[in-house]
Amino acid sequence: MLKTILRRTGKFAAIAAAGLVMSAQAAEPIKIGSFLSVTGPASFLGDPELKTLEMYVEKINEEGGVLGRQLELIHYDDVGNASNARNFASRLIRSDRVDIIVGGSTTGATMAAVPLVEQAKIPFISLAGAVVITTPVKEWVFKTPQSDRMAAERILADMKDRGITKIGLISGTGGFGSSGRTQTLEVAEQVGIEVLADVTYSGSDTDMTAQLTNIRNTDGVEAVLNFGFGQGPAIVTRNYDQLGMELPFYQSHGVASDSFLELAGDSAEGLRLPASPLLVPDSLPDDDPQKKVVQDYKAEYEARWDSKVSTFGAYAYDGLMLAVQAIEAAGSTDKEAVREALENIQGHVGVTGVFNMSPEDHNGLDADSFRILEVQNGEWKLIN
Amino acid sequence: MFAEFLQYLFTGITIGATYALIALGFTLIYNASHVINFAQGEFLMIGGMATVSLTAMGVPMVLAIILAVLLAGVLGILLQRFAIAPAKQADVVTLIIITIGASIFIRGLAQLVWGKEYHVMQNFSSDEPIRIFGAVLNSQSLWVLGIGAILVVGLVLFFTRTLIGKAILATSMNKEAARLVGIRTQLVLMLAFLVSAVLGSVAGIVVAPITFTSYDIGIMLGLKGFVAAAIGGLGSGMGAVVGGLLLGIVEAMAAGYISSDYKDAVAFSMILIVLFFMPRGLFGAKVVERV
Repeated sequence: MLKTILRRTGKFAAIAAAGLVMSAQAAEPIKIGSFLSVTGPASFLGDPELKTLEMYVEKINEEGGVLGRQLELIHYDDVGNASNARNFASRLIRSDRVDIIVGGSTTGATMAAVPLVEQAKIPFISLAGAVVITTPVKEWVFKTPQSDRMAAERILADMKDRGITKIGLISGTGGFGSSGRTQTLEVAEQVGIEVLADVTYSGSDTDMTAQLTNIRNTDGVEAVLNFGFGQGPAIVTRNYDQLGMELPFYQSHGVASDSFLELAGDSAEGLRLPASPLLVPDSLPDDDPQKKVVQDYKAEYEARWDSKVSTFGAYAYDGLMLAVQAIEAAGSTDKEAVREALENIQGHVGVTGVFNMSPEDHNGLDADSFRILEVQNGEWKLIN
Repeated sequence: MFAEFLQYLFTGITIGATYALIALGFTLIYNASHVINFAQGEFLMIGGMATVSLTAMGVPMVLAIILAVLLAGVLGILLQRFAIAPAKQADVVTLIIITIGASIFIRGLAQLVWGKEYHVMQNFSSDEPIRIFGAVLNSQSLWVLGIGAILVVGLVLFFTRTLIGKAILATSMNKEAARLVGIRTQLVLMLAFLVSAVLGSVAGIVVAPITFTSYDIGIMLGLKGFVAAAIGGLGSGMGAVVGGLLLGIVEAMAAGYISSDYKDAVAFSMILIVLFFMPRGLFGAKVVERV
């Protein structure tokens, strides 16, 4: 008798507990994990990225969340260090048990996390640029920025339009610069542009006059391209101007931000680069689908943080919105369903471009999503 | 050909002068206390950042520079009073570790106050570069060299002609003896930190228009300054200057003639070679241990 009562109470307790767990689960937030380089040498990437994620997670929650559940951002700072990134990715997966990861400011950090992500089978949207992240396609890995290869294609196409066939290349020795250099050399060979000079500088260098003099003394150079990010390209731009070099000058999308204009000042006059429309929201034609998204993001970010938007923050915006859209389309946070939904996103209008994902393309952008801008009178001017 | 060489030389001298100024700060504190102050780069950052943010607030440039130098000076004294002085019984290695901790602390604070962006400072005079025999010199480089030279001469006079300077030297040679003849060694140490903070901040201010400035600029420049001081022989003012210029010129020549990929490697091999043949640096004092 006593035994039966005990057993029944036990059963009842078990059912009650299960019920509690289930109702708790329904209200449980959707966990978005992130590791970004918020401090350290790549902080100009991670800082706006984190600010963007924080701001939009808050905004989405105020508007009622996703699938009726709140979003929870779990974030770590990898200081631009790949092995930290790997540890944090592991922590996000194993102990925080996040539903999706949006992060990885640099290519190094992203690639360090990729094996873990693939093994744990968790959707991962990277915010880094290099082409290796999504080529070859990795089942669980997506990314929002255009690849550096597209940037190289876009720049070299613009050069060809201007009749330039022989160039000097200067690039940073960091992950971004060296990957950009490799891609430029490959694309140049394909489109028939000769790279006559090929020099580098390290991220912490304070003067690149020596390298530029080297290019200047190379016969036949018709234009100069700098692939790099951080303060380096701004110093290159200044040195270029000081040396009185008159050749057409190109930078990569690595410097596409208003703060670059501030740093480089007058010396940036006339240089061209491939960039997201974020830098020229108001010059976009009214029928451009991106115009409103871009204008809204810029206005909201600048109002909230009192600092200028950068393309890097926009990568995080696109990453978060893609994640949200995929979770909504999947109707749950089931990882395989979210992954499939991500892979099938079509015509998603982001700040960086219009995303058309497919099982063969986990980036979903083409080279035309870059606009060529030129600095005129200290401002970005849309060329095409 | 010659223009090319001259260009590399100008570049090297400009960078080198910066290294030299930082190396002098290391030298000064090393002379007074045998401590290598790894927060030296942070004074440099404070100088540049404070000047930039003060001018942005509308303070005239000259006043902003004076205030920035004062701020760095106060920070130098605080560093000595609250981090170094309480640990006076500790050995030199412990003190060096304390300075590393202090530098991380200051950097963190600066990051909170000024954010993580790079900041620009206007050239002191014209933005127009100066052309000499086909090579180009940034007019700011002349300021770096000129102010560097004034500081070096000033320091030499300070150590050889003033009582305080001599007191610092005396303290460095033998703390106990210095105290016995009536030198207040704690005060002397504080002075050394003050002067070296001022030196560092001035260096930070004059180079900011060339290099930009940010909360973490002190890490790299501080390290290179230390390398320059080590090449010159820690503790020698002359050594700091020569070491700095040499390092800058070798870097620029390597970047120009060999390959920019090997620039840092060449610089570091240079240290190894110098220290291998002259373990106390180019101008290092011969050690005389008296029993």
